[in-house]
Amino acid sequence: MGRYVARRLLQMIPVFLGSTLLVFSMMYALPGDPVRALAGEQTVDPQQIAAMKKELGLDLPLWHQYWNYLVGLFQGDFGTQIASGRPVADIISEAFPITVRLALFAFIFTVVVGISMGVFAGLKADTLRDRGLLVLTLLLISVPSFVLGFLGQYFFAFQLGWVQPNVSLEASSDELILPAVVLGSLSLAYVARLTRTSVAENLRSDYMRTAVAKGLPRRRIVGVHLMRNSMIPVVTFLGTDLGALLGGAVVTEGIFNVKGVGYNVFDALRHREGATVVGIVTLIVVVYLVASLVVDLLYAVLDPRIRYA
Amino acid sequence: MPETLKETPAGTSAEVTAPAPAAKVGKPRSLWSDAWHDLRRSPLFVVSAVLIFFLLVMAIAPGLFTGADPRYADLANHYLQKPKWGNFFQEDWFGYDIQGRSIYARVVYGARASIMVAVIVTALVTILGTVVGMLAGYFGGWIDTILSRVTDIFFGVPFILGAMVVLTSFEERKIWVVILALAFLGWTQIARVARGSVLTIKQADYVMAAKALGASTTRILLRHILPNAIAPVIVVATIALGGYISAEATLSFLGIGLAEPTVSWGVDISSGQEQLRNAAFVLIIPSVMVSITVLAFIMLGDAVRNALDPKLR
Amino acid sequence: MTIIDKTADVPAPRGSNDESGPLLEVRDLHVEFHTRDGVAKAVNGVNYSVSAGETLAVLGESGSGKSVTAQAVMGILDMPPGRIPKGEIFFRGQDMLKMSNEERRQIRGQKIAMIFQDALSSLNPVLSVGYQLGEMFRVHQGLSKKDAKAKAIALMDRVRIPAAKERVNDYPHMFSGGMRQRIMIAMALALEPDLIIADEPTTALDVTVQAQVMDLLAELQRDFNMGLILITHDLGVVADVADKIAVMYAGRIVETAPVHEIYKRPAHPYTKGLLESIPRLDQKGQELYAIKGLPPNLLHVPSGCAFNPRCTMAQDICRTEVPALRPVTEQDGTELVGRGSACHFWKETIHG
Repeated sequence: MGRYVARRLLQMIPVFLGSTLLVFSMMYALPGDPVRALAGEQTVDPQQIAAMKKELGLDLPLWHQYWNYLVGLFQGDFGTQIASGRPVADIISEAFPITVRLALFAFIFTVVVGISMGVFAGLKADTLRDRGLLVLTLLLISVPSFVLGFLGQYFFAFQLGWVQPNVSLEASSDELILPAVVLGSLSLAYVARLTRTSVAENLRSDYMRTAVAKGLPRRRIVGVHLMRNSMIPVVTFLGTDLGALLGGAVVTEGIFNVKGVGYNVFDALRHREGATVVGIVTLIVVVYLVASLVVDLLYAVLDPRIRYA
Repeated sequence: MPETLKETPAGTSAEVTAPAPAAKVGKPRSLWSDAWHDLRRSPLFVVSAVLIFFLLVMAIAPGLFTGADPRYADLANHYLQKPKWGNFFQEDWFGYDIQGRSIYARVVYGARASIMVAVIVTALVTILGTVVGMLAGYFGGWIDTILSRVTDIFFGVPFILGAMVVLTSFEERKIWVVILALAFLGWTQIARVARGSVLTIKQADYVMAAKALGASTTRILLRHILPNAIAPVIVVATIALGGYISAEATLSFLGIGLAEPTVSWGVDISSGQEQLRNAAFVLIIPSVMVSITVLAFIMLGDAVRNALDPKLR
Repeated sequence: MTIIDKTADVPAPRGSNDESGPLLEVRDLHVEFHTRDGVAKAVNGVNYSVSAGETLAVLGESGSGKSVTAQAVMGILDMPPGRIPKGEIFFRGQDMLKMSNEERRQIRGQKIAMIFQDALSSLNPVLSVGYQLGEMFRVHQGLSKKDAKAKAIALMDRVRIPAAKERVNDYPHMFSGGMRQRIMIAMALALEPDLIIADEPTTALDVTVQAQVMDLLAELQRDFNMGLILITHDLGVVADVADKIAVMYAGRIVETAPVHEIYKRPAHPYTKGLLESIPRLDQKGQELYAIKGLPPNLLHVPSGCAFNPRCTMAQDICRTEVPALRPVTEQDGTELVGRGSACHFWKETIHG
């Protein structure tokens, strides 16, 4: 087990480097110029631009820039925003908690509602309530989350007036409920379907028959024997989903005007603030990598048949 | 990664459950003809096929559905004019947008860009992903290690976020830029599915037999592995196609996908959000079109999966 | 020894709670499955009984209804699609089909236990064997986790699993096939039930292991004086352990007999066919006999005797009239205790 974790952590290094390099090179190798973007429409002296680039290290070859960035990163330096002169670390530490909160709410919503719905349908596969769930999940998967966001905003904010259409700067927890539901709805549909399939499949298995033959009470048969087995694929999915929720938050934050990571990435993209974008994406990648490691380890706990080689 | 995990990659999303196509011993019908037999009876398939047929016709020949020009703006007469729900297939059926353009015409003409993006991205992604997945799965060893790590790298970057980074770099976002950006980031899912599928098929007796008979690697890959490993890939690709329609719309909504003067659902959704309060239909109608199209492809994917994998029923 | 009821329509004396009556008595049991293609009649009027300490072997091909009958007794039929339109199942004189779900649950595991064919899939893969064994004590006797584990170890010792103490926390996949089946047996035995139903307990095992497991089962049955219903398609397994045999075909019992007599003189062409299809050393070189045709489709059971399309002796009457299970006698008319055959031509079969 310990060796396995060590190996996985080692494997994470190339993936981490690769992902950051990928984002880094997309940010800097593609056309578009942060310094020019800073100037906006005005015409600026090309010499002045060159000087500024040199100062920021943007005249170096890409690999060198990346190296400098990495070195900084390991010293806890995420770089500095060109326009505002603020350290990117500041911006991240301000925005990240909001997004993490949003993603966590969405995650909890997904887990609780999704699994309950899936179990509810899976226990009675091919009945009316199962079909109903299928239709509901199909709709949730089909409607893009920004459409869902607008619909939520339209009904709950404009028509019913239950919530404010925009989330305030502090982003208090009750304000984040609607955005979290919107953000989590796609995952919810996947979790519900996965749970449903898993439950329905395991329900037919031989060991469930054994559990009945043992004379166990129904809540124990379902609660222990069925759930322990059915949750294995669901947990696997949920692990990778946490990263996806953080990434998906960009869109939701845009609709509800949440000043989180998505908002900042968007802002940074518009101004070609490479350091900010790369910093934030890097963090999300790290969260994703750690989450998938945790899931793999959890997988072994849940399923003793898995052996780590 | 532990062996068993490799075969059910943690990252494969919910729609990919147990893809191994069942080898039906002693049945004269092949997996495919069996699947086709089941498909024709599936209401899911019939409904989605009819929908997709109409959407494709709309994308190829929008002129069949409307005579109106989607770019013709009559601000004076039609500014945000409400839909006339009774006027089926008329210019004013769905009302007019803020520039006085017929929403019905725009929705009809918008199908082409949206569907074209999704279809081409899916084709590219399927080809690239299948090749990578097959090579990694079949050859194993260091080839697998490298290809799997590369897949992991691309998988680690959040899809929409990555696409945003790529797309903001381009001043002018032509349709092919959007296509390449989505394909560049999207192939990993197929690669993982194809790899898992090949790993299972590789162990099959008929592959062993072909090897023992001295078939060349190319022949084994193309004649034996590919046809048997492709079923789960097709299912995932079909569902992904719906996802790309949604992704194109999302990027356009964020203002970094397709842009005017291209006519697309995403572009209209993007411009419609300003009027959500007073004229929600401007936003809702193209959104509904996107949703219906995504729904059609996801339903098709579901139907195909059910047909190919009877175990799941 | 209790005798298998001779006919479907003569009601046997109702069993009572005292020890002398049969432990289990199945009367005119019908089970059908409602499928997309129609109603499959899996069991069509089965009668049998088992007493304490007695072993009944139920023999038949797959689809003969032998497992379905057992599942109905056990109360683990999937309903729907399964349905029991008719019949009674008396356990210690009480009809279990009339009991509440809770009453039936109390019987399952405690009074009647079941051993399944494939121990690997029948044991929960993600729970340790100790947990699964201990669960019996925790649920039915309210024991603590610790006590239950101690009992589980004792059970594993009882079925002679080596190093039980060390292996109690292992998972099913870590055991060999024979050991897994021993765990299944231990689980069935846990609460010292009155009756054990073993559904092809050795089919999935190696031949050498089969004998060991069968011997263990027989030994434990003797020690606890349990009734045992042994479901199998293997005539070889039956000979050593069973007291009496019921042969099933297409959801009916076609022949019943004390175990040794059936080998000597089968009274039904189907049983005869089964016996002749056993490979024998003294017939080396000869072509092995096989019953022609396939088991009947339960959606369309042939009219008359269900076996008629495959039967070498079939006459017109076999295609029209369903033969009842009748007592079998010697040529001079003396009753053969415990014997019955559902064949129009049983006389020709046994004496011819």
